[in-house]
Amino acid sequence: MPRLRIPVTDRDHQRGPARAPVTLVEYGDFQCPFCGQAFRVLRDIEDRFGDDVRFVFRHFPLTEIHPLALIAAEAAEAASDQGRFWDMHDTLFQRQPSLEPEELIAYARQLGLDVDAFTEDLAVVRHRDRIRADFMGGVRSGVNGTPSLFINGELFNAPAEQRLLARAIEAARRGRPGVVAPI
Amino acid sequence: MDTAPTENTTQPRPDSPPPATLSTTPLAAGQIAPDFALRTTPDQKVSLSAFAGRPIVLVFYPADWSPVCGDQLALYNELCDEWQRHRAQLLGISVDNTWCHIAYARDRRLRFPLLSDFEPKGEVARRYGAYDHDQGTASRALFVLDRDLTIAWSYASPIGINPGADGILEALEALEARRERAHA
Repeated sequence: MPRLRIPVTDRDHQRGPARAPVTLVEYGDFQCPFCGQAFRVLRDIEDRFGDDVRFVFRHFPLTEIHPLALIAAEAAEAASDQGRFWDMHDTLFQRQPSLEPEELIAYARQLGLDVDAFTEDLAVVRHRDRIRADFMGGVRSGVNGTPSLFINGELFNAPAEQRLLARAIEAARRGRPGVVAPI
Repeated sequence: MDTAPTENTTQPRPDSPPPATLSTTPLAAGQIAPDFALRTTPDQKVSLSAFAGRPIVLVFYPADWSPVCGDQLALYNELCDEWQRHRAQLLGISVDNTWCHIAYARDRRLRFPLLSDFEPKGEVARRYGAYDHDQGTASRALFVLDRDLTIAWSYASPIGINPGADGILEALEALEARRERAHA
């Protein structure tokens, strides 16, 4: 069973308390429709488990089948430079599949970001190395597609569906290894 | 790999021949990879031995277009820089015909060749122990070959599970480390 090989650090995008009993790491792609569905499930999970869950997002863009995935990831990182990663993350999944560059810039404007700085970040693909590092870290942890979720370091090897995910997180919260449902 | 329920209900008698298996076991590390020549296009064949001198990754997979294969090959497509870094050649192999491969590769923008193990169907997959007799397709098996065409690593994945790329990358790194030690 694959395990998360790259530990969560300050460098990661995370929301929820660092000392939460459950850390949920997603490897995701902003243009992946399954990630779009998982986004809604994960928001419900965060609401339901509150401070017991810390959520971490790492980039895993499959750029050849999702030609807008990389620039969308750049948009999230450019927003992160202005302290607004999660706002952009949520916007991108809510507005999927509208991820053309001019749409990304419109989202930045709606979020009140410095649009000139944001646009330049996108133009020079400033965060390419970080996004690639996320991707390769995922590959080395056995990530094979998106979304891939790790619960306290263990791959959640089932569809990102409310009931299964809640059960696995509940088990992890009680200190047992995540319940892994066979596919 | 699931077998049909009827196959599991009777235990073979000790003196009876082993039951026909529905899938085969992939050739193991240390064996010489059988050479082959397969079509990549209707009028072009490539042979395995033509790639000798560099590491080779053979990816046997059941079918073009099926979802898990798509994810698996999409992942390998994203890793072209890694294969290049290792000077490795990656080859996808299924029993689909060349026209199907061409359409699929174009649609998914694949940057590595797909070989057609079409006639006689699955012959190469059978020789590698990577054939699923029940489905009549290649199984999901990976091989990493050393420069002299010796199998350095092989792996059979359950048919519905995408094996990812970490095993391939580890095998390529192990080959490189061994080569560096030999040259030290």
